[in-house]
Amino acid sequence: MTPGGAPTSGPGTSATDVRDPGDRAVAPAAGSVAVGDELPPLTVAVTRDRLVRYAGASGDFNPIHWNDRVASAVGLPGVIAHGMLTMALAGRLVTDWVGGPGGVVELGVTFTRPVVVPNDDAGATVELTGVVGAVDEQAGTARIDVTARFQGQTVLGKARATVRLG
Amino acid sequence: MPLEASFVGRPFPLGEPYEVGVEKVREFCAAIGETNPLCVDRAAARAAGYPDLIAPPTFAIAVVAGAQDRLLFHPELGLDFSRVVHRDQRFTHHRPIHAGDVLSAVACVDSLRVLAGNDVVSVRTEITDAAGDPVCTTVGTLVARAAE
Repeated sequence: MTPGGAPTSGPGTSATDVRDPGDRAVAPAAGSVAVGDELPPLTVAVTRDRLVRYAGASGDFNPIHWNDRVASAVGLPGVIAHGMLTMALAGRLVTDWVGGPGGVVELGVTFTRPVVVPNDDAGATVELTGVVGAVDEQAGTARIDVTARFQGQTVLGKARATVRLG
Repeated sequence: MPLEASFVGRPFPLGEPYEVGVEKVREFCAAIGETNPLCVDRAAARAAGYPDLIAPPTFAIAVVAGAQDRLLFHPELGLDFSRVVHRDQRFTHHRPIHAGDVLSAVACVDSLRVLAGNDVVSVRTEITDAAGDPVCTTVGTLVARAAE
């Protein structure tokens, strides 16, 4: 199984894809945020290179995330990304918007489908979008609902963050 | 084979505290593509009022792995790890983790259930700092598919 079609972003062989940093240390002001506001989307090329880096950084060396032979032996369509890596990308979408990790009170996801990562330079393209699902003006917080897609299908369920507004 | 029910609530602490390293935070950021200066630039983090680099929200999984592994790989629990999939994970941050933190973690099974023949294990891990103050609570669910 290979990801269908061409990747929607650049070759993505680097583990540090570049985004416009903008004003990244400041959380949006509570009064400026409304339900339905969309977060700037994030597209990430998840390559084998990234899986190896993530394995080392996280300490999760499960071979299904880097070894085709083992992945096939346990019935997977190929090497798959760490669910926690996909969750980390969802976290990035949120921290980019809220001004850094300090604004994230809660982050939770359900892992619903694997992200199969081919052994090529393009990798698997994961597209993340987010929308403000609720605003609690009393608490000064907002709930962000995140969607993560791979090959047109969602790979995370109930992906939600609670963030502290400025 | 049912999982060992006596594991519910039994605490599994880290053997030694987890010391958060500057380069470990940077390594984690490089892996996930995080470039926020608060996470990779010590001067920027300090200028923003943090003691040092702050870690992305899911970095906590690296902190708790040692305690969770002691629990989940315990032979008396009876979990067949070759059949396990990660179903969900949630982090509640009481404050950001930062480089220089010396963290303790205690993992315990919140619940053991059997759903459609599959073993479902919910694990809660509490992270505290050197002063004993809460840093992060994380809850994850693992499912061991029934043997065919």
